[in-house]
Amino acid sequence: MGISRIADTFVANKQAGRKSLIVYISAGDPSLKATASLVKQLSAAGADIIELGVPFSDPVADGPVIQAASYRALAAGASLSKIIQMASALRKETQIPMVLMSYYNPLLRYGLANLAADMDKAGVDGLIVPDLPWEESQPLREALARYQLAGIPLIAPNTPVPRLIRIAASASGFIYCVSLTGVTGIRQNITTGIQEYMERVRAVSDLPIGVGFGIGSPEQASSMAPFCDGIIVGSAVVHTLYEEGEAAVIKLVKRLKQAI
Amino acid sequence: MPLPDKNGYFGVYGGRFVPETLMPALEELETAYYEVREDQSFINNLQYFLKNYAGRETPLHYAENLSKRLGGGKIYLKREDLNHTGSHKLNNALGQALLARRMGKKRLIAETGAGQHGVATATVAALLGIECEVYMGAEDIQRQALNVFRMELLGTKVIPVHTGSATLKDAINEAMRDWVTNVDNTYYLLGSVVGAHPYPMMVRDFQAVIGQEVKEQILAQEGRLPHHLIACVGGGSNSMGLFYPFLEDAGVKMWGAEAAGRGLSSREHAASLSAGRPGVMQGSYGYLMQDKDGQVEVAYSISAGLDHPAVGPEPSYLKDSGRASYLAISDEEALEAFRLLSRCEGIIPALESSHAVALAVQLAPQLPNDEIMVINISGRGDKDVQQVAAIMEQGGVINGH
Repeated sequence: MGISRIADTFVANKQAGRKSLIVYISAGDPSLKATASLVKQLSAAGADIIELGVPFSDPVADGPVIQAASYRALAAGASLSKIIQMASALRKETQIPMVLMSYYNPLLRYGLANLAADMDKAGVDGLIVPDLPWEESQPLREALARYQLAGIPLIAPNTPVPRLIRIAASASGFIYCVSLTGVTGIRQNITTGIQEYMERVRAVSDLPIGVGFGIGSPEQASSMAPFCDGIIVGSAVVHTLYEEGEAAVIKLVKRLKQAI
Repeated sequence: MPLPDKNGYFGVYGGRFVPETLMPALEELETAYYEVREDQSFINNLQYFLKNYAGRETPLHYAENLSKRLGGGKIYLKREDLNHTGSHKLNNALGQALLARRMGKKRLIAETGAGQHGVATATVAALLGIECEVYMGAEDIQRQALNVFRMELLGTKVIPVHTGSATLKDAINEAMRDWVTNVDNTYYLLGSVVGAHPYPMMVRDFQAVIGQEVKEQILAQEGRLPHHLIACVGGGSNSMGLFYPFLEDAGVKMWGAEAAGRGLSSREHAASLSAGRPGVMQGSYGYLMQDKDGQVEVAYSISAGLDHPAVGPEPSYLKDSGRASYLAISDEEALEAFRLLSRCEGIIPALESSHAVALAVQLAPQLPNDEIMVINISGRGDKDVQQVAAIMEQGGVINGH
């Protein structure tokens, strides 16, 4: 399914006059079993796409919340291969689009060709790699393209237009717009001029646009929603799960979905 | 063709593996660096500070006692320990801080392990009047209290890093996160030939003064080039500084000493070239200590400056091409060399540099008497004497972290 499962989700939401809610969770925190159960509940609560965070020892693009979750997941034994196996089992029970978010080294170690083949078999639809800029991404993009899997790039507020054009031209699935210059984590205020930023991206691509980093509340989600196709929430979900448990996360996701 | 290529690659190693937010900053840095490299006023300014502030050139000392003791080859010591702040780190800190000032950056950040690069950065920040913050692992802050005090005295804020293993690699992660957040006004002054392009090239170029001086000095003293160059390798900056000006001189053999810690089979080591495999961490592709899932392993060495699980792309390339040979030196061998150089020559080397001396101890007896060997004494050992005294008191039992 890959790219088409993601595209269908954005189209369906658009036709219904809604934005898509993309929820990041740290896979394997506290356990892969808990993650699998959570994915199904999130889907029922209104999440449209799930990002499964693959833990890494050195998560340079992440703030304290996701760093801590990564270390807990690693300590609990999570790995890329186990996460793909978990996703494979989940795919028999849910049709929600699932993408992996992983730093590059675990992917390299797995082997890019094997990875794409195994993702395809497991029903994982795409991949986001926060430390793989466009210039280095060709081998991975080619491996994913063989199976029509989405290679979802990140764009930053300071990405110059010529770069933006190159990145957008090779993107698939959706474009992940980082809302601010910084690492992941909840912010009280996001000062980036989102409207102008989104228009800049819109001008060079017909793909759906997701905005993430810093968004934690339904109010923030609602204020950004008019300018994009999807809202991405990570740290707020991971933090709520750790501090307050599953029921509180489900409640948060329902409120986020209602807000957009 | 000179390396790296235009994409920052040394063969298959190097590149730029960073969050998108940093890509414009790296391109800006690369452009600015290529400009100053050709700019005579910048070069003159840097040379002024290297001579009159750092105290260069550093001597090349014929270590007659050590040569006789080891019984093979003529051994010369390149005295980077006599550089201001006590190590080669100042060469790079001066170059990059002048570049930062020229780029109009108002704030410097840096990472440090043992504290040598942090002290060098804090020093140039004081000299040039630029605000400076240094990230340092909480573990290392405990182990290197003296250098923490030096940095604070120089007006730098030392920020403890508690995440991960709370050592150098985590300090680099935290510095990168700071840079991603404050990319507008902040200059990241990276201390070794690691990270994303252009850092490995730029740091090497600023350190190449070491090898350039050695070349002139040895020709003046011996009338010929050396047969062997020896340096320790953590990230690789002092080794690249020594090796780089000699890469085209086919007769000059190059040897890098990595930290074998408690032995390569113990898993407690920092020998990424000898025992790691290529991977991506902190911006570039190079040899890396990692597990079967691609998670980075925690390094160990008695020497905090070598205690790092990754090595830069250019040493990775020189290993594969066979241009340089890399051997792993254990804690014990380094400690013996630390004592040997102190007693033979009256020079107390840093524990990092002691690894290079230990490699020479292995190599020299196999050499003909007329072969010349140059060891880079990258730093002085004053910072290490307390730690070594504690180890000796315990009868040579070596405790790490």
